[in-house]
Amino acid sequence: MKLKLATVALGAVMAAAPAMADLVVPNLSYRTGPYGANGTQYADGFNDYFTLLNERDGGIGGEKVRTPECETAYNTEKGVECYEATKGDGALVYNPLSTGITYQLIPKVSVDQKVLYTPGYGRTSAKNGKVFEWIFNAPANYWDGASVAIKYLLDQNGGDLNGKKIALVYHNSAYGKEPIRTLQDLSAKHGFTLTELPVDPPGQEQKSQWLQIRRDKPDYVIMWGWGVMNQAAIQEAANIRFPMENFIGVWWSGSEVDVLPVGAAAHGYKSLTFNGVGTDYPLYDDMQKYVVEPGKASQGGQFVGSSLYSRGMYAAVVIAEAIRKAQELAGTAQITAPQLRDGFEALDITPERLAEIGLPDFGPEIKMSCDNHGGSGMARLQQWDAEAKKWSLITEFTAPDQEVLDPLIVEDSEAYAKEAGISPRC
Amino acid sequence: MEFLYASEILLNGLMAGVMYALVALGFVLIYKASGVFNYAQGVMALFAAMTLVGIMEGRVPFAHLINAAFGVHVSSFGWTVPGLLAILLTALVMVGLAIVIEKLVLKHLVGQEPIILFMATIGLAWFLEGLGDVMWGADVKMLDVGLPQGISETVETATNNWLGYGFFIDRLDIWATVIAAALVAALVGFSQYTKQGRAMRAVADDHQAALSVGISLRFIWIMVWSIAGFVALVAGIMWGTKSGVQFSLSLIALKALPVLMLGGFTSIPGAIVGGLIIGMGEKLFEYFIGPMVGGATENWFAYVLALIFLVFRPQGLFGERIIERV
Repeated sequence: MKLKLATVALGAVMAAAPAMADLVVPNLSYRTGPYGANGTQYADGFNDYFTLLNERDGGIGGEKVRTPECETAYNTEKGVECYEATKGDGALVYNPLSTGITYQLIPKVSVDQKVLYTPGYGRTSAKNGKVFEWIFNAPANYWDGASVAIKYLLDQNGGDLNGKKIALVYHNSAYGKEPIRTLQDLSAKHGFTLTELPVDPPGQEQKSQWLQIRRDKPDYVIMWGWGVMNQAAIQEAANIRFPMENFIGVWWSGSEVDVLPVGAAAHGYKSLTFNGVGTDYPLYDDMQKYVVEPGKASQGGQFVGSSLYSRGMYAAVVIAEAIRKAQELAGTAQITAPQLRDGFEALDITPERLAEIGLPDFGPEIKMSCDNHGGSGMARLQQWDAEAKKWSLITEFTAPDQEVLDPLIVEDSEAYAKEAGISPRC
Repeated sequence: MEFLYASEILLNGLMAGVMYALVALGFVLIYKASGVFNYAQGVMALFAAMTLVGIMEGRVPFAHLINAAFGVHVSSFGWTVPGLLAILLTALVMVGLAIVIEKLVLKHLVGQEPIILFMATIGLAWFLEGLGDVMWGADVKMLDVGLPQGISETVETATNNWLGYGFFIDRLDIWATVIAAALVAALVGFSQYTKQGRAMRAVADDHQAALSVGISLRFIWIMVWSIAGFVALVAGIMWGTKSGVQFSLSLIALKALPVLMLGGFTSIPGAIVGGLIIGMGEKLFEYFIGPMVGGATENWFAYVLALIFLVFRPQGLFGERIIERV
């Protein structure tokens, strides 16, 4: 009898316990709420790449990858709850797609020793691996984005922005405020005038800001928006007949959902990006064969190839490569989060490796180290064709102005280290 | 020039106020007829706009569920429906929704405290939000029923010739003003001069008394929720045309709250006047004071303005003063 009971109990425990052998990469996504339309596509791309690896290669190094999804609704408290609920499940790395959630998780992951990967968002100065041991934000951060945008405008103006007027329309949140300091410094360096125009989230009503733009007639408008703020801003720009080719959004203001509702009036709008778009990459043949056609794609694969789907997929590619590197370094397929951190720090995704994955020229080269957790910071520009309803890449990957950015990153990260009592490493 | 620019801001504030008032009207109608603050009014605007786009584009409702259940790949019927006909069909859907709400929710709550009915509308809001997503998908949808958008060149040229400064007025805002004026006239006329309108007001005064004189409470509730559904559709069209049909559309209810606090929960003209004051006040404050406090003042200033009015007139500018003697 005792033996039977013990067998039943053991069976129950085995059924209830997570499959510990899996590599666990929780997907802290948001498919509901004001930013759900954006979060959904990103989460689909993230899930589908790991599904592809599981179906085609049997996982990474023979270990399947699990991506338990937790809905944050882009809400910081819910994001933290999701983190707490999933961290005990053998979670290796988090990618919450929210600067607000990232700020809350930074101290937590440092204590729990989990990796936080925030490509293109989060705390910019986390690039400094000496201070932020567990955070990685390659291939580019907000300050890189601001600098690449200004470099592009310098190119457009024969290298001289002296006397030009640039307006920054930004989401009035931690996220939207990130590029201000950099733009102020770049304004001092290049002699352009910067006007800052905050928009309260969610950002449907922006009449005051765009009336001011109409009156002040800036030469260029740079936008740091998200969700409905993007569509409303592009519509208002069209309403006041602001030239779309002089309107540049950050990468989070450059997806199909931002421009499609505006219709033909959005033609010519530009945005930064650090990943390719469309399905014209060999990887998508496998994605179709192993994920979409067998019906294993997130939401039936309806967003495959969209800007945000591609970015979510790219985040998964970088994580998968870091896992591969960690397995190689640790000599085991079943890695831990500290081993994954080592994998990230030794990561080198060369153009050749990207081509091997089936994504040639999809992103910039990513080479990280103990002190550099942010990669090269390279980004490029894309432009919207309203008739063809697609983005076209209009520049090559461009490096940011490290001469301006590096001191800012050192200053900000050292201030954080002092505040949090962290002794710089490396 | 500064004066002209401030005047332009003021005019645009008034126009924005009309857009807020369109949402506030739906709240007023239901509150006036049933004493219920309908928390779901913003979501009704979203649901109506989603349904309108779905009908116009010939989308198959519940396509995801059908595909998942039967292993098929359906998304569209392959036809499109003209804007006006689609609006009519959506209005019918909103009437159907009103009937379902009455049968499944309101009927069972007759005579209950207003707070119970309010809680029911919170549940309804969450349900409708999910239903809309499941029926039509959560993607951002483009809505084009033929309403013009962009700067009115007539106004710009005329003001330029007359004042030396071309004013910006969005053509969509002009249309919103005309539609709101027509809607208010129709609603005031209906509630004052028709039998059903008078019955509606009687129900608002006292459910039990209205029942005792033979007024069908159920019919009145269906009628009021249908009208509020139609008003939600109009608001959904205006806001959906402006920035696409998506979840954020339901948040425009937050813009209607200060309008209601200011105009009163029971007055249709109050919703309009409240909207105008809020729209004008928040835009002028942003222009004059905003730069001194870092900008982005519009959301919170609307509530501050409403609270100031509330201190002096708790029932709102046009609300009914409630005097209870014990």
